[in-house]
Amino acid sequence: MEQFTTHTGIGVPLRQSNVDTDQIIPAVYLKRITRTGFEDALFASWRKNPEFILNQEPFNAGSVLVAGADFGTGSSREHAVWALKDYGFKAVLSSRFADIFRGNSGKQGLLAAQVAQDDIELIWKVLEHAPGTEVTVDLVSKTVHAGAVVAPFDIDDYTRWRLLEGLDDIGLTLRHEADITAFEATRPSFKPTTLPAKS
Amino acid sequence: MTEATTPGTHDSAQVQNAPRKAKTLAEKVWRDHVVRQGEGAGDAAQPDLLYIDLHLIHEVTSPQAFEGLRLAGRPLRRPDLTIATEDHNTPTLAIDRPIADPTSRTQIETLRANCKEFGVRLHSLGDKEQGIVHVVGPQLGLTQPGMTVVCGDSHTSTHGAVGALAFGIGTSEVEHVMATQTLPLKPFKTMAITVEGTLRPGVSSKDIILAVIAKIGTGGGQGYVLEYRGSAIRALSMDARMTICNMSIEAGARAGMIAPDETTFDFLRGRPHAPVGADWDAALEYWRTLPTDADADFDAEVFLDADTLEPFVTWGTNPGQGVSLNSNVPNPEDFGDENAKAAAERALAYMDLAAGTPMKDIRVDTVFLGSCTNSRIEDLRAAADVIRGREKDPNIRMLVVPGSARVRLEAEAEGLDQVFKDFGAEWRFAGCSMCLGMNPDQLEPGERCASTSNRNFEGRQGKGGRTHLVSPVVAAATAVRGTLSSPSDLAPVVEPVETETQPVNVA
Repeated sequence: MEQFTTHTGIGVPLRQSNVDTDQIIPAVYLKRITRTGFEDALFASWRKNPEFILNQEPFNAGSVLVAGADFGTGSSREHAVWALKDYGFKAVLSSRFADIFRGNSGKQGLLAAQVAQDDIELIWKVLEHAPGTEVTVDLVSKTVHAGAVVAPFDIDDYTRWRLLEGLDDIGLTLRHEADITAFEATRPSFKPTTLPAKS
Repeated sequence: MTEATTPGTHDSAQVQNAPRKAKTLAEKVWRDHVVRQGEGAGDAAQPDLLYIDLHLIHEVTSPQAFEGLRLAGRPLRRPDLTIATEDHNTPTLAIDRPIADPTSRTQIETLRANCKEFGVRLHSLGDKEQGIVHVVGPQLGLTQPGMTVVCGDSHTSTHGAVGALAFGIGTSEVEHVMATQTLPLKPFKTMAITVEGTLRPGVSSKDIILAVIAKIGTGGGQGYVLEYRGSAIRALSMDARMTICNMSIEAGARAGMIAPDETTFDFLRGRPHAPVGADWDAALEYWRTLPTDADADFDAEVFLDADTLEPFVTWGTNPGQGVSLNSNVPNPEDFGDENAKAAAERALAYMDLAAGTPMKDIRVDTVFLGSCTNSRIEDLRAAADVIRGREKDPNIRMLVVPGSARVRLEAEAEGLDQVFKDFGAEWRFAGCSMCLGMNPDQLEPGERCASTSNRNFEGRQGKGGRTHLVSPVVAAATAVRGTLSSPSDLAPVVEPVETETQPVNVA
């Protein structure tokens, strides 16, 4: 995974709560078997509307999405994170993220920064009054800067560490393979396997 | 069993050396799967490494994970704890012909090739064990109390109904489980959802969960494992319990659980992968230790009164936007918070509904009976009982999609297929179908649907489609009247017909 320390880019105000992953990427785009090339699928339905924020300059070149509460609800599709990344987003700000989305972001190097709703409202105002304002998301100090607004954000320490170091989860876990093997030896015989049924 | 010293709560640091603390069901299952405890405490704690007992796979969220294994040259660690089925893309008509959509076909063929390469058991379209992954697992008896179960699908929470800790994961985590049979996870908080009382006729477990989501919101369960308890939950069958746990994710919770009891054990006994003989006895002894200790604390509690619950239905574009079927479309002005008001206005515009309209006046075009929420045999029976001897509204199209090939066979053995066909409904083959429209079963733009599925998001069932989430009996009554309806709105059947059915043994 790529390291993430700090990022500065155009902020995109998305004044909407409950942005579910079906909106971030509709199911029809999930039929692909690759991990890249999803930029066209991001917000595919909403992007058909010329008024949609990503159809307006300079927001179409944005890389920091500032969204309403409960971002990424619904389906577990990691394609939502891939689509955001493929489009060019490096960070998403929201006052609350759905658990699975936040987890997927952490695995893929997309920063999901939890910012208080009051601060989100202030940042929205900055971005709407001065479109093209760059937002800096600093993972080292856990702060976000947008114009005159400086706000702290939350992210769990473990995810932050992995992002800062650019560490791969599977590699980290496999350092403990002996522990896994030892645990497996204690597995009770009544637990099922998926091998064809006994009878 | 590995005996870890701390329970899976956010305050675990404080009890590291304290006397054994009373535990909830979720905490016990967590404790028994800790391969390696994360170092540190509180927010700074590293995640625990949790062992995964069962990994369910389907075609949509697995191809990139298999590819990741290949690129890294890693084997799939435990094919014997992994099982795959085809469900999201599969057609529900003409399943003996090649899948028409080339991208769907490619995805299915990719799953088949990957399962062959990595030695994973797969139930393909046409196989009698094929079906929606969350219907197939419990049906085979593969999901059991006290297990950890994951799948690259958010409705994995379904399996919590048997007392398993089951949750959806993303594709990176799918690859992680394939490679290591573990996941690094921070302990969840616990929330008790206590439902006391007796459900009235025509009110079902779907109404319980829709009411819970409306009450706590789509983010209310974020960070929690929900445990459903209380007399109304204990009285539910396993199929009904699965409906509730299934939609935990719509309240923001990754997992929902119900303590195993005699209903659970009766459900499991004799299933293909249930333990037998001495193993059954050992399993039963362990399973009986799992229910939440009487003096255990939850991090949060929610109460719901079953006695007064009415059939519930959604009016908006997220599952939290629901009301009693007997009430009206809400007025956005009544939402105090500006963001909630804006969300309601947007939802009403998308749904083409006017505030104040009685929900029962809303005319629908399509009724969908299916999905991992409500496609089990009891769901089909309940709907069939409502429509038997009645006529479908001529303007309604009704799709009945059993959750698995096995459910379909069982329903046919009971003659339910004939009830649906006589009524004018379409009797389809098993799969996810119109719940998310990855196959040809989709709504047209502007089409309105009463759906027993789990998500009423914009465009979920087809671009521009409008979804009202309902229970199977409300779906059935709606198909009769043409407007959102409960069975109590229907005139009595004039000519009584034979309603006796012969259950078949599925095991």
